[in-house]
Amino acid sequence: MIIFDFVPIWTLILGLAVFFYVLLDGFDLGVGILYNFARTTADRNLLMNSIAPIWDGNETWLVLGGLGLLAAFPLAFAIILPAVYFPILVMLLSLIFRGVAFEFRFRDVEHRTFWDHAFGYGSAIATFAQGVVLGAFIQGFQVEGRHFTGGSFDCITPFSLFVGIALLFGYSLLGAGWLILKTEGQLQTQARNQARICFLSTLAAVFIVSLWTPLVDSGIAHRWFSWPNIAYLSPIPVLTALFGILEWRAIADRKAELSPFVYAVLLFSLSYLGIAISLFPMIVPHHYDLWQAASSPDTQIFLGVGTLFLLPVILVYTGWSYWVFRGKVRADTGYH
Amino acid sequence: MGVVSGVVMPFQFGTNWSRFSDATANIISPMLAYEGLTAFTLEAGFLGVLLFGRNLVPRWAHFASACLVALGTLFSTFWILVTNSWMQTPGGYRLVDGIFYPTSWSEIIFNASFPYRYMHTVSGFYITTGFVVLAVAAALLRDGKSREEATAMMSITLWFLTLMVPLQIFLGDAQGLNTLHHQPAKLAAIEAHWNHEARAPLTLFAIPDQKAETNHFAIEVPLLGSLILTHDVNGVVPGLKDFPSEDRAPAIIPFFAFRIMVGMGLIMLALVALGLWLRLRSKLYDAAWFLRLLTWSAPLGFIAVVAGWTTTEVGRQPWTVYGVMRTTHSVTPSLTGIDVLLSLLGYITVYLIMFPTGLWFITRIVRGGVSAEEATPVEAGRPAHPVKPVPGAP
Repeated sequence: MIIFDFVPIWTLILGLAVFFYVLLDGFDLGVGILYNFARTTADRNLLMNSIAPIWDGNETWLVLGGLGLLAAFPLAFAIILPAVYFPILVMLLSLIFRGVAFEFRFRDVEHRTFWDHAFGYGSAIATFAQGVVLGAFIQGFQVEGRHFTGGSFDCITPFSLFVGIALLFGYSLLGAGWLILKTEGQLQTQARNQARICFLSTLAAVFIVSLWTPLVDSGIAHRWFSWPNIAYLSPIPVLTALFGILEWRAIADRKAELSPFVYAVLLFSLSYLGIAISLFPMIVPHHYDLWQAASSPDTQIFLGVGTLFLLPVILVYTGWSYWVFRGKVRADTGYH
Repeated sequence: MGVVSGVVMPFQFGTNWSRFSDATANIISPMLAYEGLTAFTLEAGFLGVLLFGRNLVPRWAHFASACLVALGTLFSTFWILVTNSWMQTPGGYRLVDGIFYPTSWSEIIFNASFPYRYMHTVSGFYITTGFVVLAVAAALLRDGKSREEATAMMSITLWFLTLMVPLQIFLGDAQGLNTLHHQPAKLAAIEAHWNHEARAPLTLFAIPDQKAETNHFAIEVPLLGSLILTHDVNGVVPGLKDFPSEDRAPAIIPFFAFRIMVGMGLIMLALVALGLWLRLRSKLYDAAWFLRLLTWSAPLGFIAVVAGWTTTEVGRQPWTVYGVMRTTHSVTPSLTGIDVLLSLLGYITVYLIMFPTGLWFITRIVRGGVSAEEATPVEAGRPAHPVKPVPGAP
C-alpha cells in the first residue's frame, strides 16, 4: 500500500478542469448570449461560425469536471448535485437546445428564427443556471450525515440569482473578447462596444460579490481580512484592478485584437482564485473538507495515473484543433 | 444529438441517484472518468476537424481524425459497458459500512458478464448502422438516384451483415448462458418461468402475472426452453419462485422486451438470407419488393437495441448493483415526486422537439440523394461541402 496523499493532486486536476470549462465554454456561451443582439443574418452566421468547430470540445470539460468531482470527491458530488437539481436540469436542457441549434439552424432554413432563439436564449439560460449553481455552492447547503436534506428550491436565493446575472455579463465579456479576435470591421466595433458594457457590469458584479460573501459568511471575512492574510492576499485585488485598467484600454485600442480576450481571461482567473481562497479547504461548504469527501486512495491512484498521462495529451490536441481554426472568420469562404 | 444528450448522463448520477453515487463511486467513477478522458474528448476534439476541417488540414490528418472519432466511440462503449456490467455482475470489491471499495481492478473491469455484453452490444451497434445504410441505399435505388454509390453501399453492407447477423445470434446465445449462470433470477424473469424444473418448455407468448405467480394465455413449446437455455433437453432451468418475491424483476417487461429483440433478430436474419439468395441470382439491385422491404428495415436495429437494453436493465431489478444494492436505496433522498415529474416532463419536451426534427433532417438528406446534397449552396457560411467525398472518388 503506497502511503501518498493524492488529494492535493486531485484538487488541482479538478480545479483546472472546472477552470478550463469556465473559460472555454464561457466564451462560446458568451458568443451565444451576444448572438441575441446580432443585427443581421450575416452577422449571426459569422458569430456562430466563430465557435462552431470548437464548442463541442469546450463542453467536454463540463463532463470532465462533473466526472472528476464524482471520481475524486464523491461525497461532495452526492450532496451538491441533488441540492442544485433544478439549476442543473435547466442548464442541461438549455445546453441541449443550443447544441443542436448549431446543426439544425443550418439544415432547417424554414425555422431558422426558432433555432436562432434556441441558440441565443439557450446560451443565456444555461449561463444563468450555472451562475445560480455557483452562488448556491458558495452559500452552502443543508446537510445531515451523507445527504442533502433541504428542498429542491432552496438554491434559489437573492445571492444565487445575483451570481447568475453576474455570470451573464462575465461570459459575455469573454465572448466579446473572442469576437474582437475573430471578426473585423463593423462587427468588431460592435463587439468592442458590447465588451465595454459587459466589462463595467462584470466589474461591478465582482465588486458586489466580493463584499457580499464576507458579509454573509464570517469565515470568508476572516479568511480575507484577518492579519496576516490581508497582506498575503492583497496582490489579488491589486492585480484585479491592474488587469481591469489594461482591459479597459485594450477594448478601446483599435489595434488590440488579442489582448481584450487575454485580459478578460486573466480577470476570470483572479475571480476564480478568489472563490477558491474563500472556500478552501471545504468542498461542501461548512460540512466536508476535501479529505473527508475524497474517494478511496485506491480509486484516486488508479484514475490519477491515467489522468496525469492523458490530460496533457488532451490539452495538446485541443490546442491543435484551435490552431487549425485560427484566424478571422468570414462568411463567404467558410472558416478561412 | 448524441453528444449533447450524452452530457446529461454523468449529472444524473448525482441529481437522481446520489446514494448510489456515494456508495459505488470508488468503483464506477474511474470507469466513467476514463470514458470521459479517452472517449468523449477524442470524439469531441476531432469531430470538429472531421466535419469542418477538410480543406484546412492535410488529407492524412483528416483521415486520422475520422479514425480517432471512431476509436473514441469504441472506447466509450468499452468503459460504459464495464460500468454497466459491473452493476450486473459485481466483482473485485469489498463492502465497508455500505460503501464499496475496490480490491482488484482487473476483476472490476473484466467482471463476469463484461466480455459477453461488450461483444453483443458492439456487434448490435454495427448491425443497427448496417441496416440504416442498407435502407438508405435501397431508398436511393428505388428513387433511381446515385445508382453507382447506392449499389456499392448495398453490396458491401449486405456482405457485412450476412456475416454479422448470424454472429450476433451466436453472441446473444453466449450472453444468455452467462446470464443463466450469474443472474438466474433475471433469466427466469426474461422467460417468465415460475418453477424450477428440468425439461422446461419455451414460452413463446404469455401474460405473466406477478401476483398469482403464473402465466395467462401461455403458448409453450415443450423441452425447447431447456434446450435453448442450457443446450441440453434435460437441463434444469431456474424459476422465479426460487427467489423471494421482493427480489424478483417485474417479469412482464423483460419477457416482452426480450421477445421483441429476438423477433427483430429473426427478421434481420431473414432479410440477409433473402439478400444472399437474390444476389446469387443477380437480382439484388432490381427486386423492387426487396428494396421496399429494406427501406422499411431502417428502424429494426434501433428497436432491437432498445428492447435488449430494456431486457437487461429491467431484468436487473430490483437491484442497481445486482444482489447487493437495491434501487430503492440508490435514489436521492431529497428528491420529491414533483421534482422527478417536472424534470421528466422537461426532458420529454426537449427530446420530442429535438429527435423528430433530427429525424426529419436525416430523411430529407437521404431523399436528396448523394449528388443532390453536394449541390447544396453555401449556407450559414459553412464550407460548401462539409462531407465532400475525397477527390477521385466516384
